[in-house]
Amino acid sequence: MTDHELMWRIAGGSGDGIASTSQNFAKALMRAGLHVFTHRHYPSRIRGGHTYTEVRAKPEPVRSRGDGFNCLLALGDSFARNPQEDAYYGDEEVKPLAENLDELNEGGVIVYDTGLLDSDDIPNFEQRVEENNWHVYPLNLREIARDHGREVMRNTAGVGATAALLGIDLQYFEELMAESMPEKILEPNIEILHYTHDLVEEEFEFTHDLQVPEGSHDEEQVLLSGSDTIAYGALDEGCRFIAGYPMTPWTEVFTIMSQALPEVGGISEQVEDEIAAAALAMGASHAGVKSMSGSSGGGFALMSEPLGLAEMSETPVVLVEAMRAGPSTGLPTKPEQADLEHVLYTSQGDSNRVVLAPGTVAEAYEQSRLAFQLAYGYNIPVILLYDQKLGGELMNVPASHFDREPNPDLGAVTTEEELEDAPHGPGGKFHRYRYDAEDGVSPRSIPGQKGGHFLVTGNEHNPAGHIDEDPTNRVTQMERRMSKLDGVREFLDDKNTQTHMGPEEADYGLITFGSQQGTVREAVDRLNEAGHSVKGIGVSDMMPYPVEEMTAFLESVDEALVVEMNASGQFRGLTQKELGRFGDKLSSLLKYNGEPFEPAEIVAGFEASIEGQDVPDQQTTYVPAAGD
Amino acid sequence: MSAFSAIGEEREIDREEFTPTLEPQATWCPGCGDFGVLKALKQAMPEIGRNPDEVLLVTGIGCSGKLNSYFESYGYHSIHGRSLPISRAAKLANPELEVIAAGGDGDGYGIGGNHFMHTARENHDMTYIVFNNEIFGLTKGQTSPTSPKGHKSKTQPHGSAKDPVRPLSLALTSGASYIARTAAVNPNQAKEILVEAMQHDGFAHVDFLTQCPTWNKDARQYVPYTDINEADEYEHDPTDRDAAAAMASEAEQALYEGEVLTGRFYVDSDRPSYSEEKQAIGEMPEEPLAERYFDDDYEWERTHDLLLDRHK
Repeated sequence: MTDHELMWRIAGGSGDGIASTSQNFAKALMRAGLHVFTHRHYPSRIRGGHTYTEVRAKPEPVRSRGDGFNCLLALGDSFARNPQEDAYYGDEEVKPLAENLDELNEGGVIVYDTGLLDSDDIPNFEQRVEENNWHVYPLNLREIARDHGREVMRNTAGVGATAALLGIDLQYFEELMAESMPEKILEPNIEILHYTHDLVEEEFEFTHDLQVPEGSHDEEQVLLSGSDTIAYGALDEGCRFIAGYPMTPWTEVFTIMSQALPEVGGISEQVEDEIAAAALAMGASHAGVKSMSGSSGGGFALMSEPLGLAEMSETPVVLVEAMRAGPSTGLPTKPEQADLEHVLYTSQGDSNRVVLAPGTVAEAYEQSRLAFQLAYGYNIPVILLYDQKLGGELMNVPASHFDREPNPDLGAVTTEEELEDAPHGPGGKFHRYRYDAEDGVSPRSIPGQKGGHFLVTGNEHNPAGHIDEDPTNRVTQMERRMSKLDGVREFLDDKNTQTHMGPEEADYGLITFGSQQGTVREAVDRLNEAGHSVKGIGVSDMMPYPVEEMTAFLESVDEALVVEMNASGQFRGLTQKELGRFGDKLSSLLKYNGEPFEPAEIVAGFEASIEGQDVPDQQTTYVPAAGD
Repeated sequence: MSAFSAIGEEREIDREEFTPTLEPQATWCPGCGDFGVLKALKQAMPEIGRNPDEVLLVTGIGCSGKLNSYFESYGYHSIHGRSLPISRAAKLANPELEVIAAGGDGDGYGIGGNHFMHTARENHDMTYIVFNNEIFGLTKGQTSPTSPKGHKSKTQPHGSAKDPVRPLSLALTSGASYIARTAAVNPNQAKEILVEAMQHDGFAHVDFLTQCPTWNKDARQYVPYTDINEADEYEHDPTDRDAAAAMASEAEQALYEGEVLTGRFYVDSDRPSYSEEKQAIGEMPEEPLAERYFDDDYEWERTHDLLLDRHK
């Protein structure tokens, strides 16, 4: 495997430039013709604290982090706290080397900065190197950077060293630097890149086999994150208003939108809290502008009440929820999928919303667009549920995926001409909430339209919007609003939002939702290669749930393992609730340690499940099916 | 051509256009000050020349929240305390609408206090009417943020230990550019103040004293009242911020000592509205955004053309 794919990990402290260096590294490999995928790990700190990003690259499409990694560039934590003896958090300075060794594969390559890291500080380092057949290349990256430019340019020195060791053409890095750096810092960076590259070639006798694989793309690729594609989907649907309050990891979408909107004559509002944020998005939407807001778990909790008003008043709005590990502040920078039940049911009364959970960077673009089409087509709130993993991971996607027409259609609204013939109440109010609306969708008028005024209220209301507690009116309006989800279900069925994996016929199923899709897909492929009969499905429609499709899937297999990143099996629970059966077929593989699954963990979980054993790894949990 | 032809329609406006021709009739108690707000607001409309289809009246929850049930216009009866974020966004989406928010003292100074502070500091071009009756009415008489210290109610059986909120001072500190207090018992002044507030290009805060004969056992009628802009003993200059701070403080104290001081406390006509500020830094289009969705000739941007290069 080592000569087939590269799994490069750059490790340092928060503030050491790990994210930007790894982004350029991934892009260079994409430009070199490889498929790339990144995985970020960082603490909730501005300066210091062990941070790494993994870049996985190979000639074939790559949709997940790998199992461990095979090349480490350890820069040390230049912002580390001064460790005392027996410090709570240990010796932070050496963590970028020490903490990564457990996951470094046999035969792996290590480059570390002797300017900050001393291998004598790592327990049993020499012994572990020998046992694991690691190939170690110590370099004083800091000194090189200082001598030829500034110390902060050590990342460039590290990239130059990596390129020499793995046989990556420097031209890709040079081009990327030229595109992003002002001349003053470009020159020393280029010099450091070449100097380190040549130094490594001259000084070291290479003992490792690992080389960067060769590949080529059929068409032009772009490197994007899920946060990018969610924002771009919104912009291409004509969303021109966003309101928000910063919170990790939702801040990424908010930032991208806030920078793009002024360029296209849109409006971004950073406001006092998330209650206001959701309410602003609804106010702008009510006045005729396609709008969104969003947050992560804690901020989304504050949006519960406006969300309920959007359901009752049928005010279209798109809310995005970027999950991080909870409860409460939880692990602020780590992924989890434990807000599923929260977004499905939060706010008083029966839920009347759409919840979509895209599985990949490319899907996030499509489903962001679908979210707006549904919100405005059905006058209903739509929640796009994703997590820190999907939001932050970078993946190459063909540029042509985004070559589509914009869709600014406001959906179910009236024009002034239509208002002239539309039914009005005796007081002159437009019947915004008609009993007899087609598919339950009663078009709205926009304030300022002549003949369109009506009353919106969070109370139960009659066709003109007046508060009305009559039982027959209540039942009629409830049933009309709830019936919109039937139309949404039909709309989604045409869009093939669920992703099927593996063979059509198989004995076993792997089921997942949202961001674990790519990893489950890799596990399905590996299991089939190993002789198991397994198919998989990545579900995106959380509400309305794809009952028919999932019933067919579960009827076709003997047993199914539900893979999700939470502790209580929320998606398995939803599946059983929606389908009302299959409890004896569904077991769970759960992970909630703050890290997304690796493919091998799912393979191991599956094998344990069919043999009725416990999973070998303490970081995942297996929960058997009912009755087992 | 505008997709919103009700906006700027030049014709005579009759106040009765704002009265629903059929039920629902107002369900407020006899003698309730809320009737005074409704009447003053209807009277103000012909003077500012706005018709029901170009007015958006957003309310919160409480007796005051029913205002748009009895006022014929685009109405948004929202949730407790949230009228301001909804209404100010509607104004950004379409600045040509006449946007009014309304709610009670619990709604605006209690649960929605954060929004009050921030909407005032941003100076949105809109009017905010707070029905201040110093009591929670619709939930049957609990102590409210403006109830006087020592106020006894079922939820404060030993009397409130809290000093009341000072709404005028709070508005001034937060950045409101028009601050007035009026009372339901003073209909002429109320109407004039509402006209000025709606014509003011910025955030206009009107603390509207609305007596509650049912739950406020003192049944204060807010009489006699003194207009600080007319009474000889006050030579108040509402354009002077320091004077406004002193006058607001005095009026807030006086109310609890039985003296009702009303009028314009602060008027800053020079401060740009929030839309003007946003437009000046290139963060808001000159044309109302809402118009764009009805413009068949508008060329909508694509991220493929605009943003994809940076990812190559």
